[in-house]
Amino acid sequence: AKACGGVWRRAWQRGVGGPVSGARQAFASNARGGAGSAARCGLVPWVPVVGLEVHAQISSNSKLFSGSQVHFAAPPNSLVSFFDASLPGTLPVLNRRCVEAAVMTGLALNCRVNKKSLFDRKHYFYADLPAGYQITQQRVPIAVNGSLSYSVCVDNKMSQMVTKTVKIKQIQLEQDSGKSLHDDTRSQTLVDLNRAGVGLMEVVMEPDMCCGEEAAAAVRELQLILQTLGSSQAVMAEGQLRVDANVSVHYPGEPYGVRTEVKNINSLRFLAKAIDYEIQRQIKELENGGTILNETRTFDSKLGCTIPMRDKEGKQDYRFMPEPNLPPLILYDAKSLPANMNHQQVVNIDSIRERLPDLPSVKRAKLVEQYGILPEHSFTLLNEDGLTEFFENVVNQTQMKPKKVIGWILNDLLSYLKQHSLTVKESPVSSFLLADLLSLLEKNQISSTAAKKV
Amino acid sequence: QAVTVEVLDHLERLALVDFRDSEGVERLQKAIQFADQLHEVNTDGVEPMDSVLEDRCLYLRGDDVTEGNCTKELMKNAREKVEEYFVAPPGNIPLPKLEE
Repeated sequence: AKACGGVWRRAWQRGVGGPVSGARQAFASNARGGAGSAARCGLVPWVPVVGLEVHAQISSNSKLFSGSQVHFAAPPNSLVSFFDASLPGTLPVLNRRCVEAAVMTGLALNCRVNKKSLFDRKHYFYADLPAGYQITQQRVPIAVNGSLSYSVCVDNKMSQMVTKTVKIKQIQLEQDSGKSLHDDTRSQTLVDLNRAGVGLMEVVMEPDMCCGEEAAAAVRELQLILQTLGSSQAVMAEGQLRVDANVSVHYPGEPYGVRTEVKNINSLRFLAKAIDYEIQRQIKELENGGTILNETRTFDSKLGCTIPMRDKEGKQDYRFMPEPNLPPLILYDAKSLPANMNHQQVVNIDSIRERLPDLPSVKRAKLVEQYGILPEHSFTLLNEDGLTEFFENVVNQTQMKPKKVIGWILNDLLSYLKQHSLTVKESPVSSFLLADLLSLLEKNQISSTAAKKV
Repeated sequence: QAVTVEVLDHLERLALVDFRDSEGVERLQKAIQFADQLHEVNTDGVEPMDSVLEDRCLYLRGDDVTEGNCTKELMKNAREKVEEYFVAPPGNIPLPKLEE
């Protein structure tokens, strides 16, 4: 709550006013409920509560329960099997790669991997869900009770980073739905089932976050982890990573307020904006004596606000039932490995754990240790695709010390790339050239201003 | 326990079946009473069984592309289509409010 304390203190100070130091103390001690000494001061420190449901498309060749291809842009309805179209007589057959991806992700997020997990049907009617139900894991998912650590900057200064943790409630395997294109002029919906049946990992995060910045930071770290594992490419722009935010506010000491669900957020920047807007909207509504409806809202990026979704009126009854066509999913470890089973049919949790690559947090620590750079530098290096590799290449080819090289990489090179909207791969200066240039600089053969011009 | 108006409302929306006459409600009441007989069995400490297949092995398929590319065949089932997209009515039309 410390990182958020500043933001929300400023927000209500504008309206109410009052002693600054008293407010900060009051807020910090009341952040998670408890007696309202703030109330005695006459201040109203609303506590926002943010939980996230993240759907990550599994990086696999074929779909979760069928053999049709997983591919982003393809002619409509060309990557659809009879099962995906829900034609009668078809049955689901589980894809081994999807199971492995979910186990990897569960292990990376410190979850307990359930050796026995079950599949269920979640029923609802929508044109892009031909079966009328989605196969998911509601009762006993594949992984539970994990955690995700991420860092946020205090007061927007990168030099003061605080580590926070959000608990992971569970990870479940489920099917993606098809895509609907709404044609309001002709009053119809066009349906493309290419995406129907693609494997998803739903990562449910507990409501441990309190603002848009924390949520965006947590999702960014999750994105990096998924990309490092290879279990999902997690590109938000291509719909491989979708985030729904559950937002509510309450008065310290009181129970949690009514929450709204915000959907249709397709970038990290909009995620932070949408959450912060929704928190402000709820605070304003409640302070004006109104109530919050338990509804689903969509984020309008052009207007920068959330609006109610017309299709999601009232609470849905999903009529969960066990999926009758799939027996329980059994996973093994080194101890329980069956002796005479075809090893294509066996998923061994321990061998997957052994093959896990270094997670981002480990990579950052190694960079700091190996090159003597600051922790916040390691964050920036990992945040830009290919930058770490570039940095290491330069260090290996130049005489300049890593601690000085990092300055050139982050201050000069990166800001140039950002100004011209270039990725590291598109950099006009290769690592070899930069290494050469920096070596010349080290030997005092050129001045630093000349180097900067280059 | 009597069946309330809210429950009837909810059931009618889900099933899209109109059974508002008193005969319908009574029949529903009797059906619930009949099913309630299940509660007479003591199931303390017994794990519920979902399916007689629970001891079967769940087959895992290799991650290969073996299906798809049958747009023409799938489209034969479509009453209406627009450039290889299925055509469906717009969104979910909310049901009109039911009176008492």
